[in-house]
Amino acid sequence: MEKKVLIKMDHISKSFENNKILNDITLHVRKNEFLTLLGPSGCGKTTMLRILAGFEQAEQGSVFFADTDISLWPPYKRKINTVFQKYALFPHMNVFENIAFGLKIQKVHQKEITNRVMDMLALVNLSGFEHRSIDSLSGGQQQRIAIARALINEPEVLLLDEPLGALDLKLRREMQSELKKIQMRLGITFIYVTHDQEEALTMSDTIVVMNNGTIQQIGRPEDIYNEPKNAFVADFIGDSNILPGRMIADYRSFFAGHEFPCVDSGFSINEMVDIVVRPEDIQVVSTAQGMFTAVVQTVTFKGVYYEMAATMDDGYSWLIHSTKMAMPQTEIGLCIGPDEIHVMKQVQS
Amino acid sequence: MGKKWLTYPYHIWMALFTVIPLALIVFFAFTSPTGEFTLTAMQRVVDPIYLGVFWHSIYLAGLSTILCFLIGYPMAMILVGTKLKYRSMLVLMIVIPMWMNFLLRTYAWMTLLERKGLINIILTSLHLPVVNILYTDYAVVLGMVYNFLPFMILPIYSVLMKMDKNLIEAAEDLGASRWQAFIKITFPLSLPGVYAGILMVFMPAVTTFVISRLLGGGQYTLIGNLIEEQFLAVGDWNFGSALSVFMLVLILLSLGFMSRYEKENEGGMFF
Repeated sequence: MEKKVLIKMDHISKSFENNKILNDITLHVRKNEFLTLLGPSGCGKTTMLRILAGFEQAEQGSVFFADTDISLWPPYKRKINTVFQKYALFPHMNVFENIAFGLKIQKVHQKEITNRVMDMLALVNLSGFEHRSIDSLSGGQQQRIAIARALINEPEVLLLDEPLGALDLKLRREMQSELKKIQMRLGITFIYVTHDQEEALTMSDTIVVMNNGTIQQIGRPEDIYNEPKNAFVADFIGDSNILPGRMIADYRSFFAGHEFPCVDSGFSINEMVDIVVRPEDIQVVSTAQGMFTAVVQTVTFKGVYYEMAATMDDGYSWLIHSTKMAMPQTEIGLCIGPDEIHVMKQVQS
Repeated sequence: MGKKWLTYPYHIWMALFTVIPLALIVFFAFTSPTGEFTLTAMQRVVDPIYLGVFWHSIYLAGLSTILCFLIGYPMAMILVGTKLKYRSMLVLMIVIPMWMNFLLRTYAWMTLLERKGLINIILTSLHLPVVNILYTDYAVVLGMVYNFLPFMILPIYSVLMKMDKNLIEAAEDLGASRWQAFIKITFPLSLPGVYAGILMVFMPAVTTFVISRLLGGGQYTLIGNLIEEQFLAVGDWNFGSALSVFMLVLILLSLGFMSRYEKENEGGMFF
């Protein structure tokens, strides 16, 4: 059963000094969803978050929260809290005072404040840190305090603006799974902004891929990865080979000088398309077995697989991830299954 | 390591212009005109008449500092909230008067405040009662506030500019109204700038003798005038030095009081 829609962004547009940052964005966020806004820097994802939090106002369009139009509400009225990119912890307060800030504003009883702050510290695994000063904490600890401070108001939606950007890789991985656990345990909606596609794929229920102020694709991580809607999404999510091609007929594509059977139909005859093939979907076989051949240029060991670049006689080059290794300058045969060929309408630009 | 000689000019400078003069003042404060050790000069300082002058100076300087704060803080906030291209213009307008001669600016106030001065001419032409504040405490406080206001605005402005704007957004995000965010976040974090401003206004205000001489009139005596008089008119260097030492101790005490907050002053800009 579909969960009910909590937030509706309805035809939102926003520009700064004649620069269109958001262009007619419409997005529905469901209750308890972990939704990630993913895109390169400057794509408008942070602006979207700021509009949701109430720090910016859209020029056109409205924001609905549980069917109420909150477009003009100030930040403090919204049941939405934010974890800032650089944490924005209050430097003149200790850990306890930082977390308690929201409750003190609401004039909650002192005893209840203490209990709830202690619960929050336990939730983020920092029990016993209540009297520490902010300066004495590491980046990862500050991050947890920022999360605890935002969660103590029991928001229905938590906005996170690249919260793990400043942490090292190992810590980032730990925090990813911890954030996911917190989200499932509290059952609240997370809207998460990142430019890290791996982070988005790991944590999200839904990914919204953005570029130049428009939404490129909305979908589950698997769908975004396996069925990218256009060349931008394919290129941004993971490595891919993107080639110009055309559809000879239904289920028959032509690219890189060869004809390949595929699973796509409904294009007009000889329509120009973009062909996307993931590097791990190309099989390395002997030259006799291959659908076509190419000469290996470089080989890099990547741990689980080898990354190889191979070029064909007519200049097309392929990025291949394979557990089999071929020496540079040798000719190899390559196979691409019909399922692995993603045919996309060309983006008009 | 081998470049230690580069610091010598600094040491010489300090010795010539700080240590030796200071030592001389202390020496004169505790000696008689014939050069023998005595506490006579220091005893005269604590005479009620002179203590009254100290009190009056501190009172006027304190009042001016409070007024500078009440005017300067909102102005610093307005500056920070102004768009960049107008902001540098506004900062310039605050700084430019400081480039003009201090005496000239104070004389200008005299002509403005005179009984037949510009302000009263305008008031009379509007059939309003004239103001006669020249040669009163009001004129002296006005002169202090006018002359020292930039020293309050600029340090506060500098601290507010450096403050992370996300902190205010975070406070509002957590449920604080604009006013609550100001009281709980902006103001406490701007205190180092406020302390710097208070020092930079209070110190020159409490020791001024020019403003009090020109706007307070010939008979008007603040501690600055008293000291000036001892050296230039009376010629009693010992009593003048004793007054200076007493003033110095007062200033050091207030500095010590302020320095409790010094560690919060991240920039360490002014002291």
